[in-house]
Amino acid sequence: MATITTPKPATKEKLVGQRLRRREDPRLITGTATYVDDIKLPGMYYAAVLRSPHAAANIKSIDTKAALATKGVLTIFTGKDTEHSGSVPCGASLPGLRVPHHHLLALDRVYFVGHPVAVIVATDRYIAQDAADLIEVDYEPLQAVADPEKALAEGAPAVHPQWPDNTAFTFLQEGGETDKAFAEADVVIKQRITSQRLVPNAMETRGVVADWRAAERSLTLYTSTQAPHLVRSLVAQVLNLEENRLRVVAPEVGGGFGSKIDTYAEEILMAFVAMKIHKPVKWIESRRENFLCTIHGRGHVDFYEIAAMRDGTITGIKLKIIQDLGSFLSLLTPAIPTLSVLMMPGLYKTKNIRAEVVGAFTNCMATDAYRGAGRPEATHGIERMVDMLAAELKMDPAEIRLKNFPQPEEFPFPTATGLVYDTGDYAAPLRKAMEIGDYTKLRQEQAEKRAQGKLMGIGLCTYGEICAFGPSPATPAGGWESATVKIEPSGKVTVMVGVSAHGQGHETTFAQIAADELGVDIDDILIVHGDTSLVQYGIGTFGSRSTAVGGTAMYFAIQTLKTKIKQFGAMLLESDDVTLSDGVCVCNKSGKSVSFKEIAFAAYRAMKLPPDTEPGLVSTNFWEPANFTFPFGAHLVVTEVDRETGDISIRRYIAVDDCGKIMNPLIVEGQVHGGVAQGIGQALWEQAVYDDNGQLITGEFMDYTMPRAHMMPWIETSHTVTPTPVNPLGVKGVGEAGTIGASPAVVNSVVDALSPLGVRHIDMPMTPEKIWKLVSAGSPA
Amino acid sequence: MIPQQFEYSAPQTLDEVLGLLAEGAKPLAGGMSLIPMMKLRLAAPEHLVNLAGVRELNYIREEAGELAIGATTTHHAVESSALVRSKCPLLADCASNIGDVQVRNMGTIGGSVAHADPSADYPAALQALDAKVVLRGAKTERIVDFDDFFVDTFTTSLEPGEMIREIIVPLDGAGVGTVYHKVAQPASGFAIVGIAVRVRREGEKIVMARIGVTGLTNRAFRATRAEAVLLGRTGKPAEIQAAAGLVAEGMEANADLHASAPYRTHLAVVHAARALATALARTA
Repeated sequence: MATITTPKPATKEKLVGQRLRRREDPRLITGTATYVDDIKLPGMYYAAVLRSPHAAANIKSIDTKAALATKGVLTIFTGKDTEHSGSVPCGASLPGLRVPHHHLLALDRVYFVGHPVAVIVATDRYIAQDAADLIEVDYEPLQAVADPEKALAEGAPAVHPQWPDNTAFTFLQEGGETDKAFAEADVVIKQRITSQRLVPNAMETRGVVADWRAAERSLTLYTSTQAPHLVRSLVAQVLNLEENRLRVVAPEVGGGFGSKIDTYAEEILMAFVAMKIHKPVKWIESRRENFLCTIHGRGHVDFYEIAAMRDGTITGIKLKIIQDLGSFLSLLTPAIPTLSVLMMPGLYKTKNIRAEVVGAFTNCMATDAYRGAGRPEATHGIERMVDMLAAELKMDPAEIRLKNFPQPEEFPFPTATGLVYDTGDYAAPLRKAMEIGDYTKLRQEQAEKRAQGKLMGIGLCTYGEICAFGPSPATPAGGWESATVKIEPSGKVTVMVGVSAHGQGHETTFAQIAADELGVDIDDILIVHGDTSLVQYGIGTFGSRSTAVGGTAMYFAIQTLKTKIKQFGAMLLESDDVTLSDGVCVCNKSGKSVSFKEIAFAAYRAMKLPPDTEPGLVSTNFWEPANFTFPFGAHLVVTEVDRETGDISIRRYIAVDDCGKIMNPLIVEGQVHGGVAQGIGQALWEQAVYDDNGQLITGEFMDYTMPRAHMMPWIETSHTVTPTPVNPLGVKGVGEAGTIGASPAVVNSVVDALSPLGVRHIDMPMTPEKIWKLVSAGSPA
Repeated sequence: MIPQQFEYSAPQTLDEVLGLLAEGAKPLAGGMSLIPMMKLRLAAPEHLVNLAGVRELNYIREEAGELAIGATTTHHAVESSALVRSKCPLLADCASNIGDVQVRNMGTIGGSVAHADPSADYPAALQALDAKVVLRGAKTERIVDFDDFFVDTFTTSLEPGEMIREIIVPLDGAGVGTVYHKVAQPASGFAIVGIAVRVRREGEKIVMARIGVTGLTNRAFRATRAEAVLLGRTGKPAEIQAAAGLVAEGMEANADLHASAPYRTHLAVVHAARALATALARTA
């Protein structure tokens, strides 16, 4: 039985808001974490995937004889074997959307370089790969098209023969009186702006282990994914399996950046193979395959028009997006550019917008969500246009932004695209960034440098983003999240969350919140995610939603439990007047208390129960947000350009982000750092380049420039805090902020540096050669 | 990313290595280029001989006014050697510019030179240093100038069964200034252009000039015309510009995604001028 004691509970320090080091890091940095490739099951086979070397070709025949005769090869599957399975899933829907059937293995035609053609199953990975080389495929190469603008041009080769115009969809959104605004504007600026294809390049490539137990009719799929429950539902659907007998486990996942939200052909294929061979099978994606066959990001050609009055008031925005879709639609492919449309006004008040998206099929890998997913493209566009407008009107880029922001008292602010921005004080981070950088002094220095013929640039970006996806009607597959909080008989706490981490630090952030709410030691809390047999259900980790939506589900599950804990406490203290704080239940009259542990034991021992309660301390909550959240911020970048070589150096990088309340500043800064690195990567280096034949010529790290630590500037981070009312934690989300703010800030800075030479726009990546050409063309000889 | 099967030997002595090479085996000297090529199945040697265990190939020694560097000496060993740093700073400077820490810990001077990548760093410095390479066969040993050693892209004058045993670098006396300037390809770290300069003055006058150039064309080379116009000059800015302008003259520049031929040529000229200015300032 519980002992009643009367110590005065010491007030514990709150953990939320503290720079706690991540609890998951020791196992990650010592190499002791378990990733998919660390899983080795008895009797396991290995699969290799034979892939198309052509971007477009008919398959005349496939000869697997020699490969099958290789010692150690168990079997080989080709398109005919999987012909009657369902399609690799696309979960997004748009009116009139053309969704090509995406066979698990190419049937009679290949559509992109890397398209799976056969699966070889062997006793080890090397034998499987050697055997793949022995398969003879008779291809009849066809003309390919790898550029979205060329794909839409008259007479282009058809990616899918049934749709010769290569158009998957068109999407139109209008708000306000755009034509009138443009007719009445003092100034209209037009610019074509591209956001190049990028390769997400998570540190861990994809991988799957499938374990079929025929006698139990159960299949376990270990896969490197951001959304294990979605994989379970979708694989079950495609292969017509019983969902309750399929278990999906996302073990340690080494990054995703959006590229592991999708359910891929290989995940379904390995389930298929395991069930055919009645043995476990493993497939690990090579880096080369990751470049070719994991989704890409961005891929925009945008045509912008912005209308304004002489005083800098923006009166209208028009945008046409040509989205490079690739050949097949992956899970969210067509939805991504519609996010760009939603965010096209950025932080500016104008109500007059018109946006059109044309989704173009190309003989390339699918594009889909990559860190920011549609918002970096939109932010890049509007932030470039606003800078061009400022230059045209000879206004300071800060001044024109401040002029067009809605004021804090105007929130909730309905936008031209039908969103309602929750809360905001957009001037605050901008002013703070300018203060940190000493903007006035920077401009003075710039004037001096220019007088000496030197090229120095100051770039601003004020971004907004849409996070915490989101209300279910607006989010494919549902926008809620779930959590189960279980207090064990010993008082230890196990939390099962539907959002599955792949580097975000859920085990730390969620435990901080739970520790504060329950008043228990953080070491007593275990955060469990990524296993569909342990976790009730979940949508997944993407769109900066984990803490804001999943954390809130946990928060509410804890609130329910707290009521029950108090009921037990009151029973044990024989009082109706009790307070629960810091893990102790105190009788307000006698001052006597009973500990959390004692209550937990009593709840399971169940010698006596409070009226109308059941034994145990478990609570599950599914939480549906009423709105998205809208974080914002301002980045300020100072660059210098070497006139002779075109080299760009980033002298200062200042990031002031407002992601609402901050749970763990260390993790928030880490997110900003990583995001900024990827944004700078896009601005300066990264590009997935397909040649005219659809060959990916930046398909290795030898040619695809991933930013590395030594290429990064020092990042000065700071924050303003504008909590959201959408969730009780007040958090907005920060996973993508850095990526969204960085690329326009860097490009604006370099354009500013080159503006004395008459340069007003530069497309990314801003390679030294591109800069050198601009300088050479602009400078007097 | 999965290589084909191959036989693997890891002998301890040079004689064993030479025996295996005579049978057609391919030496593995760090593998920083070979292994990636094998993983992409662009190379598929049937038999690899790892030189890492052959102690008699791993050394840096000073012998009679020369540096002798064994073929399997890693880039890290060269960049961090007190001897190299004090007696031949250009080579240490160059080695420290190669790849990244991991590459420098594994990659070797012999492996790099034998691979003859037209964008590798060492070839520029070694030519500017008037270095020579010792080629060893089962029954032969010969010493070759690097100008004769580098034939073309990935092609050297190594004969079948021969391997690099040693690199010989003559050491300079006083009055010499050197520098290695590199424009790195941002993804691979190889040189888009690399310029190694070694100059000596007597009094004000330039009496010796060496300019090694890598990355620009099909093989690393010495810009002899540029070197010649510097002799007898004092290194005034106009003289430096004039010499730098000759560095790429008549060369058919490489072109790829990272640098077109005209840009690469331009970079060679700009960095030759900058490197010359730095090296000349160091002669004092």
